[in-house]
Amino acid sequence: MKTIILRTASDFLLPVLLLFSLFILLRGHYLPGGGFIGGLVAAIAFVLDAFANGLKNAKSLLKIHPGFLMPVGLSLAFLSAISPLFFDLPIMTGLWASEPIPVIGNLGSALIFDTGVYLVVIGAALTIIFTISETA
Amino acid sequence: MLYSILAGFVVAIALIFTGKIFKSKWSVALTLLPLSLFVYFLSYIPTIQSGATVFQSISWIPSFGVNLSFQLDGLSLLFSLMITGIGTLVFAYTSAYLKKHVYLDRFYAYLSLFMAAMLGLVLSDNLISLFVFWELTSISSFYLIGFNNTSEASRKSALTALGITGIGGLFLLAGALLLGYITNSYSIVEMLQHKELLQQHEFYLVAVVFIFGAAFTKSAQFPFHFWLPGAMKAPTPVSTYLHSATMVKAGVYLLLRFSPTLGSTELWNTTLIIVGAATMLYSAFHLIFRTDLKGILAYSTIAALGILVFLIGLGTQAAITAALVFIVVHALYKASLFLITGIIDHETGTRDITQLAGLRKVLMPVAVAGFIAALISGGVPPSIGFVGKDLIYEATLHMPNNAVLLTAIAIVTNILLFYAGFVVGVKPFMGKLPTTFENLHMPSSLMWVPPLLMVTAGLVFGMFPNLIETAFVANAVSSLVIDNEAFHLKLWHGFNTVLGLSALTLGLGVIVYVVLKPKHKLENFIEKLEVASPKSILFFLTNGFEDFSKSWTNFFQNGYLRHYIATIVGFLVIALAFIIFSNFDLKLDFSSFSELTAYEIAIVLMMIGAVVFTVFTNSRLAAVASMGVVGFAFCLLFLFYSAPDLAMTQFSVDTLTVILFVLVLYKLPKYLHLSKNVLRLEHGILSLTFGGLISILVLKVLQEDQNSEITNFYAENSYLLAKGKNVVNVILVDFRGVDTLVEISVLIVAALGVFGLLKLRLKTRDKK
Repeated sequence: MKTIILRTASDFLLPVLLLFSLFILLRGHYLPGGGFIGGLVAAIAFVLDAFANGLKNAKSLLKIHPGFLMPVGLSLAFLSAISPLFFDLPIMTGLWASEPIPVIGNLGSALIFDTGVYLVVIGAALTIIFTISETA
Repeated sequence: MLYSILAGFVVAIALIFTGKIFKSKWSVALTLLPLSLFVYFLSYIPTIQSGATVFQSISWIPSFGVNLSFQLDGLSLLFSLMITGIGTLVFAYTSAYLKKHVYLDRFYAYLSLFMAAMLGLVLSDNLISLFVFWELTSISSFYLIGFNNTSEASRKSALTALGITGIGGLFLLAGALLLGYITNSYSIVEMLQHKELLQQHEFYLVAVVFIFGAAFTKSAQFPFHFWLPGAMKAPTPVSTYLHSATMVKAGVYLLLRFSPTLGSTELWNTTLIIVGAATMLYSAFHLIFRTDLKGILAYSTIAALGILVFLIGLGTQAAITAALVFIVVHALYKASLFLITGIIDHETGTRDITQLAGLRKVLMPVAVAGFIAALISGGVPPSIGFVGKDLIYEATLHMPNNAVLLTAIAIVTNILLFYAGFVVGVKPFMGKLPTTFENLHMPSSLMWVPPLLMVTAGLVFGMFPNLIETAFVANAVSSLVIDNEAFHLKLWHGFNTVLGLSALTLGLGVIVYVVLKPKHKLENFIEKLEVASPKSILFFLTNGFEDFSKSWTNFFQNGYLRHYIATIVGFLVIALAFIIFSNFDLKLDFSSFSELTAYEIAIVLMMIGAVVFTVFTNSRLAAVASMGVVGFAFCLLFLFYSAPDLAMTQFSVDTLTVILFVLVLYKLPKYLHLSKNVLRLEHGILSLTFGGLISILVLKVLQEDQNSEITNFYAENSYLLAKGKNVVNVILVDFRGVDTLVEISVLIVAALGVFGLLKLRLKTRDKK
């Protein structure tokens, strides 16, 4: 499926899709979006690249094996879930920065949790797809 | 006391990291562990002699009444000294016996673990912690029996032993809980205060049966005895330590420990006498037919355990004294005989008694040790064995009922034990040395000194019986018999009936030894009777169970994905249909539905078309693509009903699903007709029913009250509590965040599963 059209398009689509996935992740708390969808979009971006430029190229773009994203994401989510314990609050209590940060806006532990979900989804989806396409 | 138990566990764990050092010549240094513990427990003798008991308690799970409380009284001290004393010799022996073994460090770790668990068992005052240590001894025994893990017989024996003693462990737990329920305490000392309450309680019978179940399995009583001969697959130091001197006596210990509390009832005494006597006779006769040295020792160990249970059943002070002395006697001679067998095996490479002869010419010190061990085993004066045997006859003769019968049983068993001792300890060293053994040389002194030390102790104790009386036995008896009279162990009682019986035993023993020659013919003969033995019955049952579960599994796990899915869906259909139609009141209020629009109808038609195409197409790829169409049509529906989150997720998931399918199916050949028409029809009906039922279910949901509290709560509080305006996302990351956490874990497990399955398959394919 290495057509010139797809390859050219994917060169532009990959960064756009990745940016879009981040955008979806960040806006999730107020508008439709979130870590799960964001992760899926990012995964699709890489899969698209794999289709256009081959699996090797997609893997080299990632630098690390997508499998490593899973434990990183899970620990991120887990840490954000237990972080309230350090403030004598029950697990999963939302913690929020007192002052809004410029550009990003209000930052809370929910975002860190969502980022964890985002990473796990990318990792899991890409691990499954890459493994299957390598084997099949 | 806690530290003395912990020491073994600490060493076992430390060996994981320092194994390399102790695998080499430093392995003998590990002997310091049991040796120092032995000295430590020796230092308690004066305290215990003065009549005191040492007590130590640490809260563990106070809310359940489970504490780590330890009690050192006469009985515990006797066992602790035996465990650490024989432990010292076995540790030293092992360093030479398994020299340069690849897994020597592991072996020592298991041995230390076992020793610690065994000490914990005999020192525990809390029944629950006793149970934990009891199980630990079973587990360490499992590892040690299966130490030679490349042999299938070893693994099988280890499993059998674990199975039998494991069931016993469950009995113990049940018994402990029951006793704790009756007396409202798990402390053995406190249970003694409630003796009357216990013995009159309606659950007394059940509790006793549980305790018996535990003791009989652990101490290899008939009909649970068969795991012990199998356990002889373990390296000889293990057989010495666990399966003759210490672990198998745990059951005896339990019975002794509970005899003041639960004993002196008809049920207790009669059962123990019958089971003990049956075990004694059964295994004593069995040992005649054995030609493997370890086999003979295994059966004579079972017989000895039978004697102990029998004596506890008699229950008099004389009997308990006899039992305690016999525990020491048996530990001394049986451990040395095992170690001697180990030396013979190590040097000649065989344990077949019909091939061994004349070894005294090459292994003189071992022959001396074997001879003395045989004397102790046979109860020949002036060894401690003589004292022990006299006490047994003393106990049986003074029974009010059936004294003659009981004594006769004891005499027969003792004659055969005499035979066993001489066959193992003397026979291999007598006669003419075969030429094949002429080049043998003495093993390391670490191997022959331990048995020699033990038999010397046996002789010294025999000549000065008050040594073990004051040091161990008297204290142990006083901790078990409440109103005990003063007694004294003596070598010489004067001319009386007991002496006559002793002489009779010795005389007949010599005759049996001279007349009976171990032959393979005899062994083959008894093997034929094996069909009706408890072991064969158990194996028959387990094999039957295995076959049954195999066919059961094969029926459900047939390997066809479509069958699995059909089963799951079929089950759901039945369950749903049952619930929906057992309470069917579907009143649809069409007026509340929004009106159908043209584009909705168009989408539904598109979906139907796609589904029909999926079912009837002849190409896999086309089917997958049209499935994707169904998914995307759903996205549109979600969008129309203002659920953009759902639509986006559905869209991404569907894209990925199609890609996955394409990846898998791309390489498969194009198919025309894979499943039969009947099957397709079946599946079609199943799917339609399932879909129909789900539709009814969804319509029923509409009948429920829409304004449930939980919806309102989420809607109202999502911004106030979680500072988010997107309710769906707030539920995901905040309100139900723990769910999400678990879900992403599941996702990871799934990804790892795919990775593992496919990559592992790749590797094995590469190998070919």
